[in-house]
Amino acid sequence: MTDTIAEPVASLTRKDFVSDQEVRWCPGCGDYAILAQMQKVLAEIGVPREQTVFVSGIGCSSRFPYYMDTYGVHSIHGRAPTLATGIKAVNPDLTVWVVTGDGDGLSIGGNHLIHCMRRNVDVKILLFNNRVYGLTKGQYSPTSLQGHRTKSTPMGSIDYPFNPMSVAIGAEATFVARTQDTNTKHLQEILRRAAAHRGTAFVEIYQNCIVYNPTAWDHTTDSSVRDDNIVYVEEGKPLVFGRDNDKGIRINGMIPEVVDVANGATDELAIHQGSLNNSSYAYMLSRMQHPEFPLPFGVLRDVSRPAYTDLLVDQVKDAMNSGDADLNALLHSSDTWVVE
Amino acid sequence: MAEPPASESSAVNAEMVRLMDSVVVRFSGDSGDGMQLTGDQFTNTSAVLGNDISTFPDFPAEIRAPAGTLAGLSGFQVNLAASDIYTAGDAPLVLVAMNPAALAANLADIEPGGVVIVNEDAFTRNNLRKAGYDANPLDDDSYLQGYELHRVPLTTMTRAALDDLDELSNQQKDLCKNAFALGLAFWLFDRPMHTTLAFYQEKFGKRPQVVEANTRALKAGYAFGETTEGFQSRLSVPSRTDDVPPGTYRRITGNEAVVLGLVTAAQKANKTLFYGSYPITPASPILEGLAALKRFDVRTFQAEDEISAIGSVIGASFAGAISVTASSGPGVSLKSEGMNLAIVMELPLVVVNVQRGGPSTGLPTKTEQADLLSVLYGRNGESPIPVIAAATAAECFEMAIEACRIAVRHMTPVFLLTDGYLANSSEPWLLPDLDLIEPIHIEHRTDPVGYQPYMRDEATLARPWVVPGTPGLEHRVGGLGKQDVTGNVSYDPQDNEHMIKTRAEKVARVADFLPPLDVFGPDQGDLLVVGWGGTYGAIRSAVEQAQSEGRSVASCHLRHLNPLPKDLGNILSRYRHVLVPELNMGQLSMLLQARYPVRVIGLNKVQGQPFRIREIVAKINDILT
Repeated sequence: MTDTIAEPVASLTRKDFVSDQEVRWCPGCGDYAILAQMQKVLAEIGVPREQTVFVSGIGCSSRFPYYMDTYGVHSIHGRAPTLATGIKAVNPDLTVWVVTGDGDGLSIGGNHLIHCMRRNVDVKILLFNNRVYGLTKGQYSPTSLQGHRTKSTPMGSIDYPFNPMSVAIGAEATFVARTQDTNTKHLQEILRRAAAHRGTAFVEIYQNCIVYNPTAWDHTTDSSVRDDNIVYVEEGKPLVFGRDNDKGIRINGMIPEVVDVANGATDELAIHQGSLNNSSYAYMLSRMQHPEFPLPFGVLRDVSRPAYTDLLVDQVKDAMNSGDADLNALLHSSDTWVVE
Repeated sequence: MAEPPASESSAVNAEMVRLMDSVVVRFSGDSGDGMQLTGDQFTNTSAVLGNDISTFPDFPAEIRAPAGTLAGLSGFQVNLAASDIYTAGDAPLVLVAMNPAALAANLADIEPGGVVIVNEDAFTRNNLRKAGYDANPLDDDSYLQGYELHRVPLTTMTRAALDDLDELSNQQKDLCKNAFALGLAFWLFDRPMHTTLAFYQEKFGKRPQVVEANTRALKAGYAFGETTEGFQSRLSVPSRTDDVPPGTYRRITGNEAVVLGLVTAAQKANKTLFYGSYPITPASPILEGLAALKRFDVRTFQAEDEISAIGSVIGASFAGAISVTASSGPGVSLKSEGMNLAIVMELPLVVVNVQRGGPSTGLPTKTEQADLLSVLYGRNGESPIPVIAAATAAECFEMAIEACRIAVRHMTPVFLLTDGYLANSSEPWLLPDLDLIEPIHIEHRTDPVGYQPYMRDEATLARPWVVPGTPGLEHRVGGLGKQDVTGNVSYDPQDNEHMIKTRAEKVARVADFLPPLDVFGPDQGDLLVVGWGGTYGAIRSAVEQAQSEGRSVASCHLRHLNPLPKDLGNILSRYRHVLVPELNMGQLSMLLQARYPVRVIGLNKVQGQPFRIREIVAKINDILT
């Protein structure tokens, strides 16, 4: 284990992060775009490859580590946060990314996901949300909408879906953001900010499954409607959206409402404050759902709280510095007697 | 104040002392009566005096089951001896029963002629009913015929001794009645009180009145013994004079020994010890024990569930720590998917399974050995894993080190089996000379030239343990089928079979490193008793007894269950009969019969209780007559 975080490596390029493995996602899968931006952002940030670990579970998204020329573990279904926790606990200097999906992270691995966020383990979690099970060929997922017809819901899903942003905020995550696979610049910016966060950074990435759920995100990708369906949140700025920036979000009591922005007058609009310790505002934002509201994109919440893995290592260091680590004395630390 | 004890008529001379080679004492009371603490103190004092000791606590799963009921009983049995003993004994000679339920549950176990001390105050109508008595059995001469009964008003006398301690409520005073009982036991066995008095000071030092109350109750119990004329004799178990290896000893339970063994292993490897675990009976004391040892670079993680615990340990191993989790049956079941990932990733880690009575939630606080086949075979696919088992509480120390050693030498997860009996029972432990424990040599490859994730050591077939942070050796591993050497994902049929055979061969080669088996007794003969795990003491004692009766019997105790030692087959072939006593329905028997041309006679028991020596002796006699 090293004691200092390595200096940024200035000379890295995207290619340094491309592994020798053939990428095997379906043609047109949103995962390609995410992979490319991830490789690009890591090169920009300059984290040494050997200091970077990608951990995944099971599912299409979980093949991600094979394609990154870093350290990586393709683990078992839903358990990536647990491996990531162990890795960080032993070597907190590593940068650890968890790649998961809506099924892996929110269904079979739901328990690990919420506890990882609650503890604020210093890992970056990318949840690729395509609202369907891809690798098992098209069953509904915990983010599929009610009524969604799939092979396992021929009459439409009767499961009420999770909203990943709300789950993360409810689970005490300190960094919660949403972006989209094909929204290249925004995706890059969110990955950069996630990388810079100390603690759990949870990023929901709307990701298109071209085979089993190709229309899931049309409302956020179709250029004719997407601007009316997304509000980009930026710290300290009013919540304005719409093709002509002609709409905004006002908070009436505890309820958000869409209002027209007349002549650019934004005085009555909500000002984004992702850094509020109180999570009520961020939660309220997360509840804005299509089609009644524009979907919030960007960093909904970004607060500072000591990371579990740092606290753990601090306690151990304190004990090692102050305690007398004499193994022989430990063995004798009980009533003893001597046989001559 | 107290009436004189009822057995006045039989009073002879309280100064008469019966010298005994060994005595078994059982304390039994409500789970809130402090029986474990009482037993512990009695044992510590005896151990320090130089007796051999072996203890067996037996308590319910409920923290405070309804007072006065059979379900709520907590018992502590200790065997004190002037020579080598291996179990807590079959039948107590002395019973201290704090209430009617304790008498009802234990009387049948007591040796004929044994001493029965009861808290007479607790024999109320209500308590009698809860224990299932229609009438007070103390008044029924035939019920207790053949026992030396002492009716002691423990509660009344304790209250009287603490009368003027105004800060304490009556309830708090009554909690001290175990100290009174302990004081009486100290008198009965002629033991000094200073070890316990020092313990009270240490444990309750911040509450002077509690120290005072326990001190007074203890002394009052002792004084009661001295002044009463009720006891036919005092009992004395002299210090050991047999050939005891010289050195410093302490008393230790199996769980404590696992804790110390794991820390020692990590220190011998010059490594961080990562321990990820979810609380479960009877394994939790390992988590608690390690959590207090951060100064040895021990990092404990109380996970959200058993699956997270094994996942964290796999991650920690990937990152380069000595990585360990522990659990018991239900939790180990939950870890099986993770175990398989560790097997396929070929990462070193240790899973301690403190076996308890199953199936399902089963008997959480009771012992069993019924997880052997499940740890060997209870995972999907062909997934061989080394399995070792500790034979005694103290041996858990070296077996914990052995498990770590195998894991890192062969790059594999390892199961260490203990059980509820070993976990909680205690015995003297000769403290090891740490300098004589071999270092655990670990080499993390740093040379990128020619590196492949699944290249293998020629002797062991272990792959290199490369940890993140090492430049130029970045690699990916996972649970998918893979190609040997490169570790690349592969669904090729030949690759899959090759990897399965290679992993099996890797585990089989652990046997190259095992010492020859010890056989206790003749190296050929009529009967070989083969055991594994916590039955060691009962088997050893039974075989000794049979040998002393002239029988041609030997025993052989297995510490390594996968792979089995190479010399086992030959040993098995040298005896006319093979007996395998197990606290399961015949799991090792099945393995031995599948592996060797041997017919095994099983002795099987699944009652949540360890074997009694006499049960095994009876079986031996049965086979040989």
